Amino acid sequence: MIKTEEITGTEKITNIKKPKILIGMATCGLGAGAKTVLSAIEQELEKQKLDAEIIRTGCIGMCAYEVLVDVIFPGRTRVTYGNVKKTMVPQIIGDHVAKGEAVRKFALSQMPVREARDIPYDGLPFFEDLEMNKGQQKFILRNCGYIDPDSIEDYIASGGYTALKKVLATMSSKEVIHEISKSGLRGRGGGGFPTGEKWASCAKYSADEKFVVCNADEGDPGAFMDRSLMEGDPHSVLEGMIIAGYAIQGTSGYIYVRAEYPLAVKRLKHTIEQARKHGFLGKNILSSGYSLDIFVKEGAGAFVCGESTALQNSIEGKRGMPRTRPPQSVEAGLWDKPTLLNNVETFANVPFVINKGAEWYAKIGTEKSKGTKIFSLTGKIKNAGLVEVPMGVSIRQIVFDVGGGIPKKKKFKAVQIGGPSGGCLPESLLDLPIDYESLVGAGAMMGSGSFVVVDEVTCMVEMARFFMSFCASESCGKCPPCRIGTTLMLDILTRITQGKGEEKDLEVLEQMCDEIRTMSLCGLGQSAPNPVKSTLRYFRDEYIAHISDKICPTASCAALHRYEVIPEKCTKCQACIRNCPVKAISGSAKEVAFIHKEKCIKCNVCYEKCNFMAIK
Amino acid sequence: MNEKLMQNQVTDLSDVEKILRKYEGQRGSLIPILQQVQVAYGYLPESAVYYIAERLNMSASEITGVATFYAQFHLIPRGQHILKVCCGTACHVKGAKKITGKLSEILDVPVGATTKDSLFTLEEVACLGACSLAPVMMVDEDIHGKLTSDDVDMVIKQMKESGIPQV
Repeated sequence: MIKTEEITGTEKITNIKKPKILIGMATCGLGAGAKTVLSAIEQELEKQKLDAEIIRTGCIGMCAYEVLVDVIFPGRTRVTYGNVKKTMVPQIIGDHVAKGEAVRKFALSQMPVREARDIPYDGLPFFEDLEMNKGQQKFILRNCGYIDPDSIEDYIASGGYTALKKVLATMSSKEVIHEISKSGLRGRGGGGFPTGEKWASCAKYSADEKFVVCNADEGDPGAFMDRSLMEGDPHSVLEGMIIAGYAIQGTSGYIYVRAEYPLAVKRLKHTIEQARKHGFLGKNILSSGYSLDIFVKEGAGAFVCGESTALQNSIEGKRGMPRTRPPQSVEAGLWDKPTLLNNVETFANVPFVINKGAEWYAKIGTEKSKGTKIFSLTGKIKNAGLVEVPMGVSIRQIVFDVGGGIPKKKKFKAVQIGGPSGGCLPESLLDLPIDYESLVGAGAMMGSGSFVVVDEVTCMVEMARFFMSFCASESCGKCPPCRIGTTLMLDILTRITQGKGEEKDLEVLEQMCDEIRTMSLCGLGQSAPNPVKSTLRYFRDEYIAHISDKICPTASCAALHRYEVIPEKCTKCQACIRNCPVKAISGSAKEVAFIHKEKCIKCNVCYEKCNFMAIK
Repeated sequence: MNEKLMQNQVTDLSDVEKILRKYEGQRGSLIPILQQVQVAYGYLPESAVYYIAERLNMSASEITGVATFYAQFHLIPRGQHILKVCCGTACHVKGAKKITGKLSEILDVPVGATTKDSLFTLEEVACLGACSLAPVMMVDEDIHGKLTSDDVDMVIKQMKESGIPQV
């Protein structure tokens, strides 16, 4: 029965009678101007009296090329246009939507809609052959950018809710847990705790009420895969949650989503409503006898609420402060009832595991880290965006193959993995395979999977200071090691970046790192020293330069600035002269630039704008 | 709403009552109640806090404790438009400081403050999750990405003229 439905469903998506226009309208698309482009498309269609279906999708992951517009002409491949401006719209509509001729100068790539039955455009690369898509395996992101996230019909048509149907019709709770355990799926929120094990330990407690909670409080600066999933394919997250609820026999559930994501909040509420209407949620789901209801709880802006016990306090309406464990949440969590808490991406993996089977899933990845992981690739990188790769690929593959390397001919310096709980890894570790264990071994952490690349003009001491200031201001203040420790470390780091560092500072910092890690109550404090620890380990010479020589090797720390032009490197391009806001640089096409120190305000613009590293 | 915003003392608490009724009997509803009261008044007026305390049978200090814990709640009136500059890692690396500096200069207010004409409030936020467009700021509900100092100038100018910023 499921099978026939699947076929008619898939046809709904691939049977194209009139042109389709897909536009990426996730937060990233909107930020790049998707609204303006959309209204230009609507106007142009009306003007040219054309009939086309407009589909507002989530983010396909190529955020660096937003606004993204895709056009499908019946019988032809789907063509992706990147960096679309409203001025490009008339031509795209006139040529492509009206006549089926792709506008090659704007097009990035093409992809088949129905396997190999569509006529391709000559000379246009295929989507999977683009450098940023090679090496990627999109399983969890398979629907993002392809379906209308607001339409449950689209999700069902792409094979959605088949896992839930299978689970409810053919599997017992125990069998579901067994399947998840066998797949080797581990929590994607950071710690990497085996998901099946967590579900099993929650299932063994019985109570009148039991909760399943989705942690969608993605607070790590630099991470946005959870947001993209919630905005691009919210039903897959919900389906995973319902399956988890069935596995532990939960009675109700919450999605705790941060308030900084208004679009995700809106979409999740709509998703839940639709699922309820279709009988996937509520009383007696799909006539199976199992009932579950799920509610959205909006966060109120506190990073610490990503910690599971703090999150539960916040749902209960209290200050989001963590508590000591045991008892673990699976035993006594929300309102002291057994509570299963998983991250957005973990839940999104669940339908996939069920559909494909644990054995199939376990073949992807490394021995201890299974499946694929989504990384958000940002910072000084050419192809910023979302990347989904199998566990175990190297940092080099992500940064240089998928990410396209560092722009402006600058050199790679480090990658900050896992946000404030992670660490900065240097060039020498580029070939490190990315999985839970090896990252911890190198002094970083999977964390949420944020991947911020920095180039040679970034000061690592300043970077450590930035993360420490984040942790200090986000500390909930309950336990002194975190509250006072992070503040003291921040003071020392600030002093160093101001050129007031002392010899003994490094030793004190190192000692404090260990103390805060071992004595703090929750993950925030325990991991807060990570960025400092890893920069001390890999970039110690930069600290020493700040303390002993009173110079910042990258000239980022304003207090230590002494700008000078290196005459041998200066190409007389005058980029620095043009960009200097206070006209403190003189020179010409014939003459090497010269910085007048008395006028210089140390804004660092000349250093950043110079493409030849000619300013020190 | 604007009129209410200008007043420091809010006497009309009928909106608060309406919100409280909606959540009657629901556990853990303090935060959503505060969120909705803030939507209605633009901030959490002192009188509303006392009123909620009485109705929920809690102490006002307990409610203030919750309200001050979360970054989202404001106990003093804010401007008509809220500018939130993202200072996440990606934005930091790509020069968010300059954006904040520029805004602070144009509006002539420090971060966290409201302009004298009550038009703008300038705030910093940990991460908006649009890191690929860094540096980013949020103007009311709209995200503006890949910002330069000139863009900031333009957004403020347009908002002063028309009230609706164009991306």
